[in-house]
Amino acid sequence: MKRFVATAVAAASLLAFGMSSAFAQDTVRIAMLVKNLGNGFFDSAFDGGQEAAAELGNIELIFTAPTAPTAEGQIEIISNLIAQGVDAIIISANDPTALIPVTKRAMARGIKVLSFDSGIAKEGRLMHLNPSNNELIGFKQIVMASDAAGGAGKIAILSATAQATNQNIWIEEMRKELAKPERASLDLVDVVYGDDQSDKSYQEALGLLARFPDLKVIIAPTTVGIAAAAQAVRDKGLVGKVFVTGLGLPSEMKGHVESGAVLSFAIWNPIDLGYTATYLAYQFVKGGATGAPGEKIKVGRMGVMTIDENGEAAMAEPFTFDASNVAKFAEIF
Amino acid sequence: MNPAALLATVTGRREPALALLIVLLLVLIGLRAPFFITLDSFEGVLTDTSILMMLAVAEMLVILTRGIDLSLAANVALTGMAMALLSQAYPDLPVIAYVVGAMLFGAGLGAFNGFFVAVVGLPPIVVTLGTLSMFRGLVFVLSGGAWVNKHEMSVTYQTFPMNRFLGLPHLLWIAIIVIPLMWVFMRHTKAGRSLYAIGGNPQAARYVGVPVAARLFMAYALAGLIAGLSGYLWTARFAIAYTEIAIGLELVVIAACVIGGVSIAGGVGTIPGAVLGALFLGIIANALPVMGWSPFWKQAISGAIILVAVVVNSRSERRKGKIIVRRAEEHPR
Repeated sequence: MKRFVATAVAAASLLAFGMSSAFAQDTVRIAMLVKNLGNGFFDSAFDGGQEAAAELGNIELIFTAPTAPTAEGQIEIISNLIAQGVDAIIISANDPTALIPVTKRAMARGIKVLSFDSGIAKEGRLMHLNPSNNELIGFKQIVMASDAAGGAGKIAILSATAQATNQNIWIEEMRKELAKPERASLDLVDVVYGDDQSDKSYQEALGLLARFPDLKVIIAPTTVGIAAAAQAVRDKGLVGKVFVTGLGLPSEMKGHVESGAVLSFAIWNPIDLGYTATYLAYQFVKGGATGAPGEKIKVGRMGVMTIDENGEAAMAEPFTFDASNVAKFAEIF
Repeated sequence: MNPAALLATVTGRREPALALLIVLLLVLIGLRAPFFITLDSFEGVLTDTSILMMLAVAEMLVILTRGIDLSLAANVALTGMAMALLSQAYPDLPVIAYVVGAMLFGAGLGAFNGFFVAVVGLPPIVVTLGTLSMFRGLVFVLSGGAWVNKHEMSVTYQTFPMNRFLGLPHLLWIAIIVIPLMWVFMRHTKAGRSLYAIGGNPQAARYVGVPVAARLFMAYALAGLIAGLSGYLWTARFAIAYTEIAIGLELVVIAACVIGGVSIAGGVGTIPGAVLGALFLGIIANALPVMGWSPFWKQAISGAIILVAVVVNSRSERRKGKIIVRRAEEHPR
């Protein structure tokens, strides 16, 4: 709320001064427009944005959002931002298409519009920044499983429903990674489905433990699954023998990391996401980036982003959380 | 004729037939997964099925009166979430507070159903379908859509169900206490017997002086009480309370009753029958993950097995009507 007031004051003063010379010519004004206020994930993204702003020096970063996650609220804010004449807007959109007319209007005025996290359809932005991509998500989970298993042994996957598109794509990517010669000593013994219900996931995890007494790792790319598997491992007294890993939020996984059933898990890091999005916006304003397919854009500590044929880029592999940082991030998201 | 049906014909009782079917099922499972037929594994299955067995007993109370309670699983979810939030807010409470709190909270929700069914006189299926949505909605209202995760629940809250007393988990002990208590109640008390009378012939029950409305109200409140207790046990046992706890479980509970020989038409059913019905489903749910079949086959196979159980049961039932009042109705003077 404090941040909202600050934004409101900033916005009001901007309006009062109009587009006069209150700001030095070389200050780049970037607005980060997120889904809604009071969302810890986006507060962290703003922290990352400020980090980029401090690094680049001449950025004024405005954080703004509607109070409820609606496209209407975002459209109104974008109209205001156009009136203020900001240099760039980075948006996590509440609707992929509803924002297009207003963002087109912004781009017509020379404002660089980028989406991150939750995208705007292609014609409504210059580029979209994905937190990660399927290949990296699959890769990351196999790396974590391999680390937990000590490089070799039996692993199994506990998924949500057998029909879940994203889950199946990630499982496919994991299989591809496992097919590489350097992963030959990891043996994927089964893929089971817990339907994102605690009881079914728990039963499936127990089934895996019973069928494969020498199982080393259960990978669960879904939060209910990873929590249920961790609970099953704990109840069976197998902490330290069988490890659970996968995708989850720090706030949901903290207890299981502390119990020892989960060594590490992954999810995208909102701080890095905000940093990268802000850095990208700066490169569009000052660095001559255009968002053309194949273009490579440098983004400070996050390396280089490559734009694909859909005008999208994937930031990085998911960020690893373990006992050293889960408590800190559990406070955030 | 298969042996189970034969036995049923010989004895004229449903429970032995079902018990025999369960033994057959265990033998078949054991052929493929011998480790399933161990004391340790049985304890696991019984513990895992404790909640379903208690819920089947609760549902039976209502079905006996020619009613149905579709809101039982929603009650589990709402009470579970309420108790988890209580633990989050007041982590120092003793376990007994959650147990008693859950029973009272659940009984309150059940009484709400009971009021509309018994006092207002609305059809149970309509009332409980309404409260199903209402309770599910209230889960969101209470929690704001957020989960209560393992590290947010107090240690006493989450360890109680799986902690052991005399070698068995508390969760199993609770079922061992609740089920015989309900058996005595249904078999040896006036209030319990009157539920059979109401289901068998409501008019006759009224004529002989059964306080029908009061007894109906009691059935729903008591079912709610057991569901509430199950709600606490569920969230504590899996150490997680999320918005979709036990979604769809009401149908599994009703299936357990039907398999256990509880007549949807009311008036017929026993506690051992309902418990065996739940155990039958529990064994299937726990055995399927150890069989190593594809998830789609699992669904089809579990459906087929349930169908077999119902067929066997309906055959053993067809022999004769058991209810004296109903027979009187069929043979007017």
